[in-house]
Amino acid sequence: MPLPIQFTYTGDAARYRCVGTLRWTVYSPIVQRLEGLAKLTGRERYVDDVPLEGFLWGATVRSPAPRGRITAVHFDPSIDWTQFTIVDHKDLPGPNVIALIESDQPVLAPGYVRHMHEAVLLLAHPDRAALRRAVAAVRIDVAAEPAALDFRLAPRPDQIQYGPDNVLKHLHISKGDVERALAAAPIVVEGVYETGAQEHVYLEPQGMIASVEGDVLVVRGSMQCPYYIVKALKHTLGRDEARLRVIQTPTGGGFGGKEEYPSTIALHAALLALKSGKPVKLVYDRGEDMAATTKRHPSLVRHRTGVTPDGRLLAQDIEVVLDGGAYVTLSPVVLSRGIIHAAGPYACDHVRIDGRAMFTNAVPFGAFRGFGAPQTHFANERHMDRIAARLGLDPAELRRRNLLRDGESTATGQVIRDGTDRQAVLERALALADYDVKRARHASFNASGTVTRRGVGVATFHHGAGFTGSGEVMLASRLHVAGLADGTIEVRSANIEMGQGTLTVFTALASQRLGIDPAAVRIAEADTARVPNSGPTVASRTAMVVGRLVELACDDLRRRLHVEGATGETVRAAIRRWHLEHPDTALVAEAAYEPPPGVVWDDVNYRGDAYGTFAWGAYVAEVEVDLRTYETRVIDFVAVQEVGKVLHEVLARGQVQGGVAQAIGWSLLEECRWKDGAMANAQLTNYLIPTSDDLPRIRVEFLETPYAYGAQGAKGLGELPMDGPAPAILNAVAAATGADPCVIPLTPERLMQMIEGRMQNAELGTR
Amino acid sequence: MSDSAFAIHHSAFSVSFTLNGSPVSVDVDPADRLLDTLRYRLGLTGTKEGCGEGECGACTVYLDGLPVDSCLVPTYQVQGRRVETVESLAPKRLDPLLAQGATQCGACTPGVAMTSCWILDHPDLLATHTVRELLAGNLCRCTGYDGILDGIAAAMQVRP
Repeated sequence: MPLPIQFTYTGDAARYRCVGTLRWTVYSPIVQRLEGLAKLTGRERYVDDVPLEGFLWGATVRSPAPRGRITAVHFDPSIDWTQFTIVDHKDLPGPNVIALIESDQPVLAPGYVRHMHEAVLLLAHPDRAALRRAVAAVRIDVAAEPAALDFRLAPRPDQIQYGPDNVLKHLHISKGDVERALAAAPIVVEGVYETGAQEHVYLEPQGMIASVEGDVLVVRGSMQCPYYIVKALKHTLGRDEARLRVIQTPTGGGFGGKEEYPSTIALHAALLALKSGKPVKLVYDRGEDMAATTKRHPSLVRHRTGVTPDGRLLAQDIEVVLDGGAYVTLSPVVLSRGIIHAAGPYACDHVRIDGRAMFTNAVPFGAFRGFGAPQTHFANERHMDRIAARLGLDPAELRRRNLLRDGESTATGQVIRDGTDRQAVLERALALADYDVKRARHASFNASGTVTRRGVGVATFHHGAGFTGSGEVMLASRLHVAGLADGTIEVRSANIEMGQGTLTVFTALASQRLGIDPAAVRIAEADTARVPNSGPTVASRTAMVVGRLVELACDDLRRRLHVEGATGETVRAAIRRWHLEHPDTALVAEAAYEPPPGVVWDDVNYRGDAYGTFAWGAYVAEVEVDLRTYETRVIDFVAVQEVGKVLHEVLARGQVQGGVAQAIGWSLLEECRWKDGAMANAQLTNYLIPTSDDLPRIRVEFLETPYAYGAQGAKGLGELPMDGPAPAILNAVAAATGADPCVIPLTPERLMQMIEGRMQNAELGTR
Repeated sequence: MSDSAFAIHHSAFSVSFTLNGSPVSVDVDPADRLLDTLRYRLGLTGTKEGCGEGECGACTVYLDGLPVDSCLVPTYQVQGRRVETVESLAPKRLDPLLAQGATQCGACTPGVAMTSCWILDHPDLLATHTVRELLAGNLCRCTGYDGILDGIAAAMQVRP
């Protein structure tokens, strides 16, 4: 099958290395992460490292109850409160709303709270220890009302707080005639699957600094989306954009946790700075960060699948329920991505997917790497193994028979015609993992009567890159490339570095596009006073979508200089010459997003091309389960994926290894314990993330089929590795033990209760 | 800024110690953590706070040559002792870590660099421990640790 568009590369062809028939890698001229040495030596300055004089520390006083009217706020009279800047909802100059999808979430609770730890009051003081004592000296009384705390149960009338039924969002996908296909199917397999919340645990807690500089409110901090914060500040503070400036500081991990939540901290810091007239630093400690910020949406997914005896999928009937928490935040779009991926990378003519995000009085859930897809892939891929068990088929063979082939369509009717070989991805993963040999070896090992059991499990999955549906068109991203007087190039975008490698990749793309030394390229700080809105740093879109804009803006620069097609010194000389001829004028080239041709999406009926393209993965996990402790260890992990062109091998491998590690944590270790809709274990002592000693080496391989509309042929990569590990691991546990676990995290406690027969999956749920 | 409104008064006292090879004296409160003294009093912001309870290792420093979590050390306890921070590491030693992808977001990285160099300085430990075990006190959320382990392995190759 020919590629849709022949991939061309204008640089040095010798940089290609061909590995086999499918794997080829272009070596970037930049071999190392640009800011890496600054990070290794501690010189990189994060928000809490920025030198600051004459500032106040800020702090937040929070709700002690999940729902109710605030009846009184008591200030301990032993403290001289005149020393403090105190802000509550009455201090807001504009609407008490954090502008996002809906206008339902207040900046500060207006006399009524809907979740634990909801912000009620803000305090600022020059001395941090004094501030901490003051926070503890404020008591908020709440007249408690009935809270909705279990998203799986229909709410009682006195728990209803959103619409007629607490449904935040309802979405539906329909293809073919599921009822008729199920009625006619010779075999129907059902299953119920549940996933718990997950805390991001970016190693740098959230924080912002706000100050008023002249007439301009300046907010600096740890963030993924500078222009989300501009929008939120503008809406609430009633300031035009000329009097607002948002600057990203080096961001110590995000994973989605710094997509929408930083807008709240930015508003809080800004309110304190505006009232006090001083710079305010509002940095959360780990406990506050874990208790008060967003987490991955818990999910409940039901499957009813019609199959033929030889394993062909006839009909998939899927119900997805997410816990949205107390405000809408991003739940509608998380649900959207979740249901679009819910039927997996398989061909099936009859599919019905019904999705609901539920209001509860839990701390709101939000963006987290994968954005709904890990939850629905977990359910679908566990379900595939249960179907295989029912049919007596090898789980890999069941997938082989159903994986999408070019010309077949997904649940939304998107015809896949990208020239990638999804079968080859699966076969390569099975071969690398030695899947068949391991299955045979485990059978004899497990029969030998030792106290451990071994098993191997597989998952095949996909991840749509970029915003869903018409999202990228609505973002209308713009990016600038400036030619400076000394002949250097500056890339100006709002997309930020949070560890995933934006600075390195953008530098490589510009230098390769223009054929110039990477040292002659710099990436502007993400400062909204200087960079256009190239969209948020989310959705695996930065390298693919925004990287493409870097290339197009480089082309526009050459066009403006009348040196189309030129590279190297010719371009740089043209820039210098232009500046001599146009003194005191900026040379700024621009690129704006245009959708790939032929991509059509119907947002009302959820039909058509949900994404411009998908990345494809096949992961194989091998586990060992100790029947004395019920601990599950992952002893080998193979991750094979097709992600278009790999732009930087070390960075790409790191994305996959880190994503797999985070997903292993979600699968086996990371349990949010709930009390009144908030995390009771909001500390790293008892919310466990994987250490180096908990993980195997994660073996990574890429197959590459360039995507015509991504930078150098790249597709989205960052979120894909979150999708496959959980089902692969639980499938391996099922193979090892004969148990049928359908709930994560599969902690030793849950597995013990399941194997010792005391509880079924439904009772092992995550609440 | 004075803190006179508050009931808790500790008389500040002076602590002297050797920091990255040079003598320093600083007035501290008995409750001050070494982490805060380094970051907010002495301007050495390379040492990071990840959890504040000795779980994540981002604040790792050497105290008399041994790696410790500086969030768990009261500053007064370092009187007369030797403290080394990430700022003391020779950048050249860190090249193998950089090349192998040992850093991504960088928030855990100073602590990881300190532990990695400590492992490299004590190769005898590898007779009884794996690198994975020795590194288990440093949480990293970005790399899955393979880039760090590869970096340490590469650094062992270039050791004189």
